[in-house]
Amino acid sequence: MKRFTGRTLLGLTLLLGTAHAAPQQGGSITVSYKDDVTTLDPAVGYDYQNWPMEKMVFDALLDYTSGGTTLTPRLAAKMPDVSKDGKTYTFTLRKGVKFHNGRVMTADDVKYSLERVLDPKTKSPGQSFYTDIAGAQAFVDGKAKAVSGIAVLAPDKVKITLNAPNAAFLNIMAMNFAFIVPKEAVAKAGEDFGHQPVGTGPFKLKSWVSGQQLQFERNPNYFMADMPYLDGVTVKVGLDPSVAYLSLQRGEIDLLGDGIPPAQFLQVTRDPKLKANVFSKTSVNTTYLSLNTGVGPLKDVRVRQAINMAIDKTKILRIINGRGVVARGVLPPLMPGYDKTEKGYAYDPAKAKTLLAAAGFKNGFETTLYTTSTDPNPRIAQSIQQDLAQIGVKVQLKSLAQSSVIDAASTPKTAAMVWSGGLAWTQDYPDPSDFYWPILSCRSAVQGGWNWPFVCDKALDARAEKGDRMVAPAQQAARLKEYASIFAALNKQAVWVPVFHEVRYTMKSDRLVGGVDDLLDPTHFINYERLSVKK
Amino acid sequence: MLTFTVSRVLQSLGVLLVASVFTFSLIFLLPADPARLVAGPSASVQTVDSIRRELGLDRPFVAQYALYLTHLLQGDLGRSYKQQTAVRPLIASRVWPTFQLMLGAVALELLMGLPLGIWAALKRGRWPDRLVMGFAFLGASAPQFWLGLSLVYLLAYGLNLFPLGGYGGLSHLFLPALTLGLGGAGWYARVIRSSLLEVLARDYVRTARAKGLSQSRVVVRHALRNAAPPIISMIGLDIGVFMGGVVVVESVFGWPGLGRLVWDAIRVVDIPVIVGVVIFSAVVITLANLLADLVQLALDPRIRYS
Repeated sequence: MKRFTGRTLLGLTLLLGTAHAAPQQGGSITVSYKDDVTTLDPAVGYDYQNWPMEKMVFDALLDYTSGGTTLTPRLAAKMPDVSKDGKTYTFTLRKGVKFHNGRVMTADDVKYSLERVLDPKTKSPGQSFYTDIAGAQAFVDGKAKAVSGIAVLAPDKVKITLNAPNAAFLNIMAMNFAFIVPKEAVAKAGEDFGHQPVGTGPFKLKSWVSGQQLQFERNPNYFMADMPYLDGVTVKVGLDPSVAYLSLQRGEIDLLGDGIPPAQFLQVTRDPKLKANVFSKTSVNTTYLSLNTGVGPLKDVRVRQAINMAIDKTKILRIINGRGVVARGVLPPLMPGYDKTEKGYAYDPAKAKTLLAAAGFKNGFETTLYTTSTDPNPRIAQSIQQDLAQIGVKVQLKSLAQSSVIDAASTPKTAAMVWSGGLAWTQDYPDPSDFYWPILSCRSAVQGGWNWPFVCDKALDARAEKGDRMVAPAQQAARLKEYASIFAALNKQAVWVPVFHEVRYTMKSDRLVGGVDDLLDPTHFINYERLSVKK
Repeated sequence: MLTFTVSRVLQSLGVLLVASVFTFSLIFLLPADPARLVAGPSASVQTVDSIRRELGLDRPFVAQYALYLTHLLQGDLGRSYKQQTAVRPLIASRVWPTFQLMLGAVALELLMGLPLGIWAALKRGRWPDRLVMGFAFLGASAPQFWLGLSLVYLLAYGLNLFPLGGYGGLSHLFLPALTLGLGGAGWYARVIRSSLLEVLARDYVRTARAKGLSQSRVVVRHALRNAAPPIISMIGLDIGVFMGGVVVVESVFGWPGLGRLVWDAIRVVDIPVIVGVVIFSAVVITLANLLADLVQLALDPRIRYS
């Protein structure tokens, strides 16, 4: 029996070996983007484009499994020890990890990196993720020189204490803001650290020519054996997506950073030869129509429900070449806590009319819809306008620059409806609380916030807070269930029309070796350390 | 000559001051919150407020502008909100590519516009004339974005004659310069044609012909020389036109110049970069026009006395 198992295993190994040859070391790839890279400072740069590049140069204490949402230790030697009350986390660092400048990383660097994000002078967009650490607020307000809740116990041990238990805290410790940076390199580069980054990561920044390209080279002293596989990565910027696509055809580019341009989309997906290099995955985001609960007829929940029933989501998906899946609730399918049984509002204009009549709007009403002016959003807004005209609601479209849409949407009692295309909510980390606090809670329903329906349900806030205090592993299933029920309640209040979850498409060259988990990773986007090339 | 130059320089400085106030006010009036755009959607309102304070955006307009002007007079254009680097070296790194592009465009405009204009003038009213005028009309009305992408598709991708975009030598420069200059080439052809026609009808041209000089000699030595001044002032004006054109052309071809820098900055309301580029462009345009006037003055003594 034993021998049989051994032989079977050997056979399996051989089989797997032929199917997945180990990635080859060496070679380099070129990736294209339209927009310039702004900064590689992990405390500052936080968008779809620079996040995977920051991931090349830096590491956090924690990370996620490739293509998944399970937390794993990275610069930490193991997952942290958590105190009984769920407030204190003790991290033990991996031994002998060196920064690119040759210095060994210590617990002091962890403390420094977190305090740097909290320091108002850094102007970090991520500051508020870390203000729940004990003593952080006093440090932010300038009342304390250091954050009392971050204690260095030994060169390889750091203890972080929170004001209250937070089930999402470990996710926050895997974000780019928690990447570890060396103090002396930041001091040396000053505000230019974002253009001269030094980290512990698998690649080093070799050169950066503003507006042209960035070159990364392999970090030969990386702590993970054999990683990364590539010797170098070149990121070319300024290429229009259509031009980038042509360059890929010519073999000058290996990966389309901005995805397949809409004009070529159908051609690519219908061509079997090209299709082999196309990958797609549903993003952890939701594109929605926000319904302002404080404006005119939309104050009435029945009106909001009617609007939900009046909008034909499949028509909108056709406008975007089917690059999405219909959304039935707030949470996207890949988000923990997603409720498969949530039905949402079915498309039913007749029922919508009845509801409107019941709410006292038998002849409809007039309202406004804000949208960004970049294609395809105005076309989608027109589709919504037509759908609502069917039930007697006359919509005036306001198609504006993105910054102006944000401004109107985040001002109370201003924008009745906002189409979030181009501004869809994408996860910061794979935890449902991230789809609640920043966009649907009382604390975000303020001037300049991102809660565009201006919904504030104190009872739901209390439930979410209670859920976030459930940190024990045994409580996780119950916590996710609680969040599912919070989002179900919001769905009943119809504060959004959840329309679709974007499906991202990317395309690679023949020589680039990498799968969907590496090229469309839900948390890293592009996992450069796992890519390789055919020799 | 000296008084003329001094008065023009003073005039230019006034223009620059007005340009800086105007741009600054315009951005200030925009319904957009730069602090929110720097912070992104995930930042809390408290963080946005803190960033606003750090950037000095919580102060009144006059205080912000006064501070900006004080720094400006010391040659400091401030720091980019989004890239967090100093604006001056950022602009400096993009000047040369844009200058190359403009130089290439002017060269192509002259190379195409001059011969076409002369040809049209000499064949006045016949088919070459109509052809050139048609080309001028099309060149002026074709949208640059479409023109650029079409050239990429036909000449770079289809016929494989040029690189698909990006920055490099002459082969990289040709298509973006052509896209930028094609509209102007038609315009040059028209101006050359009309000023040549005017000159060719003059008495001295008839005299030159009567002396038995060849057609080409008459056109080049006598007529063109007198038709040249409007071309010089056109090149000066072109610089201003190009400053607008490079935004589109550089975006299409991935040319790392000022146009793309300002385009990226406008998207995220990166005020220091926008104002910096506008002021720099205003300086360049003013200088170009000043230079064009002085060259004309040197070429044509009559202007001096009028």
